[in-house]
Amino acid sequence: MRYVEEFRDPKAAKGVLAAIARVACEIGATREEPVRIMEICGGHTHAIFRYGLDKLVHEGIEFIHGPGCPVCVLPMSRVDECVEIAERPGVIFTTFGDAMRVPGSRKSLMQAKADGCDIRMVYSPLDALELARRNPDREVVFFGLGFETTTPSTALTIQQAARERIGNFTVFCNHITVPPPIKALLDDPHMLLDGFVGPGHVSMVIGIHPYDFIARDYGKPIVVAGFEPLDLLQSVLMVLEQIRDGRAEVENQYARVVPEHGNPVSLAAIADVYEERPSFEWRGLGEIDASGLRIRDAYRAYDAEETFGIGYAVGRAKVEEPEGCACGAVMTGRIKPTACPQFGRGCTPDMPLGALMVSSEGACAAYWTYGGARVASETEPAE
Amino acid sequence: MCLGIPGQIVEITDEARLMAMADVSGVKREVSLAPVSDRPLADLVGEWVLIHVGFAMAVIDEHEAAETLEALRGLGEAQEALEAMEQGARAFDEPVREGAQ
Repeated sequence: MRYVEEFRDPKAAKGVLAAIARVACEIGATREEPVRIMEICGGHTHAIFRYGLDKLVHEGIEFIHGPGCPVCVLPMSRVDECVEIAERPGVIFTTFGDAMRVPGSRKSLMQAKADGCDIRMVYSPLDALELARRNPDREVVFFGLGFETTTPSTALTIQQAARERIGNFTVFCNHITVPPPIKALLDDPHMLLDGFVGPGHVSMVIGIHPYDFIARDYGKPIVVAGFEPLDLLQSVLMVLEQIRDGRAEVENQYARVVPEHGNPVSLAAIADVYEERPSFEWRGLGEIDASGLRIRDAYRAYDAEETFGIGYAVGRAKVEEPEGCACGAVMTGRIKPTACPQFGRGCTPDMPLGALMVSSEGACAAYWTYGGARVASETEPAE
Repeated sequence: MCLGIPGQIVEITDEARLMAMADVSGVKREVSLAPVSDRPLADLVGEWVLIHVGFAMAVIDEHEAAETLEALRGLGEAQEALEAMEQGARAFDEPVREGAQ
């Protein structure tokens, strides 16, 4: 119970943990035959490790870490394309800091910057638009990545650029959506999942109904959760209670922030600027139907894929993952990070080989940072 | 990177562009109010919002703001967001480069 004392309300946490243990026993969950709950959001993965929730809950609960860290599911080809765009003369390439260290097959954006490319870390796509206003003789490109929390920000920025008729600003759109990979995982006969903890801030944008298919078509519970440790524990309890009662519903533990129908202004902006791609590539998961967004024709002047002839839509030979990198297997929950031959050897947060080690939301980086002695003891038998 | 950080709206800076100054843990940052602009902008001054990559994504109450900030600090995410804001401000001062060597 080392971590419980760090909770804002340790007494409440102990109460929920006891209730989780009680319901886990009622369902008959054991270490050998656990209830497998996937948390989808990378922020949740981070919180689970930070507070050791996977060790605090009853041993019959197993957390499977979902594909909810945007930079972790970014195929190497997309990074290569970013570098290629940044190397074009006259380009200022802008990106969130998270993407800087993701390895490409030639180099990361960080290395490309060191090699002389004009690459700038910005906090907001609005900063990229401001750079375009201030540098009218340069082509400013913003690397649009992330799930539905982030998608409205680039959509609204493109709308603003169009209103001002700014001619030297484009977005390299690689936005992805949360529901399609969940469907892909549920369709995978090797993935045995009993329920989901749904993302909080993504749902603040899209609401809770895009998850209806999980309960209706697959008979699995999903509970949208906040990311305080107590929120997560309560959500796990709600999932377990659904299982015990034979229910499969979409429940909202985070209603204080997540409206049932999401944020209407953001959803309208997304619908105005973007449309679904027929398919999109995910690192470790492969092609997933209707899981990525592209810029609509009406805004093609702001589409870097059009301007540079580079990107997923243009097509090219697939870049293989680095030798020995098991990000794909970790991402789909088939193996734990520590089972990867490169974990802690060829791949550390300082020198990442795979994307899961780059971001604090990646399962491997979380294991590395918070696992400590526990990870060492888990890996030793394999030595 | 899908987490928002709480900030308080201090004043409207550009009504036409829906921009406002926000106070995020003592750091001042201009944000877009577009996602919460389905109510009068003036009503948002003094309100707490969840800010994600420069956009106010949701109006939240003060209690929720305080608890969210505490949770973000626990994860190191609050510091990360504030650093990203400072880093973003520096992006304007970098000299233009001519491309790959």
